[in-house]
Amino acid sequence: MTDMPSGDNLRVSSWRLLLANPLTLASGVVLIAVAIAAGTARWIAPSGINDVDVPNALQPPSGAHWFGTDELGRDILSRVLVAMQASLQVSVVSVAFAVVVGVTVGVVAGYRGGWADIVFMRVVDVMFAFPVLLLALAIVAILGPGMTTTMLAIGIVFTPIFARVARASTLSVRTEPYVAVSRTMGTGHGFILSRHVLPNIAGPLIVQTSLSLAFAILSEAALSFLGLGIQPPHPSLGRMIFDSQGFVTLAWWMAVFPGAAIVVIVLAFNLLGDGLRDVLDPKQRTLAEARRNR
Amino acid sequence: MTGPVLSVRDLRVRIGRQEIVHGISFDVAPEQTLGIVGESGSGKSMTALAATGLLDIPGAVASGSSALGAVDDSHPTELIGASRRALRNVHGGRIGFVFQDPGTSLNPLLTVERQITESLEAHRDMTRRQARQRAVELAEAVGLPDPATRLGSYPHQLSGGQRQRVMIAIALACDPELLIADEPTTALDVTTQAQIVDLVGDLRRDFGTAVVWISHDLGLIGQVADDVAVLAAGELVEQAPVLEVFDSPRHPYTRQLLAARPLIGGGDPRPAPADAPVLLSVDGLDVRFDVTSPAGATTTVHAVKGVSFEVRRGSTLGLVGESGSGKSTVAGALTGLVAPDAGSAALGGVDMLMVRGAAEKALRRRVSLVLQDPFSALDPRARIGAAIGEPLQVHRLCKGKRARADRVAELLDVVGLPADFASRYPHELSGGQRQRVNIARALAVEPELVILDEATASLDVSVQARVLELLADLQRELGLTYLFISHDLAVIEQMSHQVLVMRSGSAVEYRPAAELFAAPEHPYTRALLAAVPAAQPRSS
Repeated sequence: MTDMPSGDNLRVSSWRLLLANPLTLASGVVLIAVAIAAGTARWIAPSGINDVDVPNALQPPSGAHWFGTDELGRDILSRVLVAMQASLQVSVVSVAFAVVVGVTVGVVAGYRGGWADIVFMRVVDVMFAFPVLLLALAIVAILGPGMTTTMLAIGIVFTPIFARVARASTLSVRTEPYVAVSRTMGTGHGFILSRHVLPNIAGPLIVQTSLSLAFAILSEAALSFLGLGIQPPHPSLGRMIFDSQGFVTLAWWMAVFPGAAIVVIVLAFNLLGDGLRDVLDPKQRTLAEARRNR
Repeated sequence: MTGPVLSVRDLRVRIGRQEIVHGISFDVAPEQTLGIVGESGSGKSMTALAATGLLDIPGAVASGSSALGAVDDSHPTELIGASRRALRNVHGGRIGFVFQDPGTSLNPLLTVERQITESLEAHRDMTRRQARQRAVELAEAVGLPDPATRLGSYPHQLSGGQRQRVMIAIALACDPELLIADEPTTALDVTTQAQIVDLVGDLRRDFGTAVVWISHDLGLIGQVADDVAVLAAGELVEQAPVLEVFDSPRHPYTRQLLAARPLIGGGDPRPAPADAPVLLSVDGLDVRFDVTSPAGATTTVHAVKGVSFEVRRGSTLGLVGESGSGKSTVAGALTGLVAPDAGSAALGGVDMLMVRGAAEKALRRRVSLVLQDPFSALDPRARIGAAIGEPLQVHRLCKGKRARADRVAELLDVVGLPADFASRYPHELSGGQRQRVNIARALAVEPELVILDEATASLDVSVQARVLELLADLQRELGLTYLFISHDLAVIEQMSHQVLVMRSGSAVEYRPAAELFAAPEHPYTRALLAAVPAAQPRSS
């Protein structure tokens, strides 16, 4: 009678809890919309990205050009859509790289301990000592600018973050009694890592992934602004803002629309990350459930 | 003062849409101890916290009335719905609290003195000097050795029992009318528990404080309480003077609680098969740990000091001792979790300590381990079927998923759980059900030796009784050999054929259970036995 399960009626599924938060729901919807728009940019863009039309240069937003035109008369809406695609592509690929490499390094270091831990983590410490953009700049400077290099640079810069998060979570999971029991049963390390460690460290990593996607967008924009990221004639949000500098007083729309695209995507990833943290972090979760029950 | 110190009427607590405490009423008389007893989830802590206005759970709402007795002709103070400011004057000043874990209830960054004087300066407007004087008196009153110097220590420099003494000193600092003690001895060893029980009894007499003592342990409540309130699932099922509750319990739940608690002399295990071969023999086992403090200093803890014993096939060796006695380290050494420094251990002639590779894997199949906490011993993200199936998969005992699922269903049946539990997650199960799953997983490989490390310690008494019964049945049916580790002498007596008593790493007494309980030889064994709460209440 009193021997009741702890997962009682107060417990709700993570999905329902996640969707019950209006901010998370809204940012999820925005991200899906952005992804669709970016994915289909080539077809839905009203005009070509490099359709120069000098007589119509620096037109303010209008029915023909919703976001206006730039100094060469190119349609800014079309360029923003295509640039968003490039931004998302860069951030997703570079974060995926960072997750795969960083989590592998972190889990091995945390689980094995000993010299592997010391060597890997000192390398990570060294990488952390550089400001993110400076390190990315150095990598781009060595390998030469371009989209692939940008992905690689951002991926390398973000790897230590994932290594640290994965290592810290692995360290706490490694000492859990259920891992000890598995070891006493003769279970191998591969089985323990894939069945017990990875599922239990996934929560913080998912949150970190969402937040890192936001930072990757910002980093890509910054590199492109400096002329080291995506190269013209392919449009990029950072480059578009750079190009607008000379026209800020003449054509505000040239800077505002690419800037707004960055803000919307970054904000949505950040809010999604916060929402995920509320649900996936057990301490925050109690608060999220209480808010819902109130 | 003649009226009750605390008068609670129709107290209800709801969290969200769910009511946790359903209309409880009770009085606490001056200089009396009210014992609130109930199993986990019965709402006993929630009741005490709500009644004293200390309920601080997001979304929890208390209703009803709880009046703290009148002082000097004034009106009683209503605590439910009182302002934070009013409650601040009451907490620490008129009501003192002692909680379960003395390790986390104290601030690790402040000296003991600072923590005792804090409430004195807040509530009694004392100066530093006066407060310090009072702190020394209090430290003396709670029996802290060498109070003047001990007051300068930090919590980590004190033992668990000393920390709980400090907590009591803090609770009594302002001479409160009421002391709320919520499982104050549950985290302590049985000998320390006995000291704290005596201490609170003395202080209640000297300070004239009323006490509400909350515990899951009916035997302990029998030693401390004048009146007993029995809680079950948020309802007060019985409230009576302690003798009545023990001698003529009215509610079936109370009778069940009384019947389920393990008692010394309460029963012996079925006799073990005579002259069975020795399965496990341990000789001169020695384990040391290097412990590095945060400051970087390394000290060596000699956890197990040359312990030797033998367990015959089909019998149970009870390993008993207080926390830090090294009994879990013995289990760790035998299961490969801890590397021993010296000694040998053999399972049916096969060395257990030095094996590596394929031989190690074969050995692991012959020994299973069941741990104390049924919550943390199961991976929260793995279904029950996967948990029980893991050893089957690792040792390739079943061909194909289908056969494995059948075997899992069979094992669930063995421990008395329905087969559809295989698709559930651990959080959907109760503590007792989870421990059954742990036992099923341990049995999956058909081990020869099962090491039970405090396997029933975190279960409620009624659940514990059923799990012990299950273990005894399994031993008879499957011919299992147990190494049964526990701090609870009554449970040890009920389960073991041989008993090994450990104290700070050494074996102090190793004899057949019947002999040991009839005539304990070592003074430490006698002290342990004397500290167990008696079957009958103190006042009888």
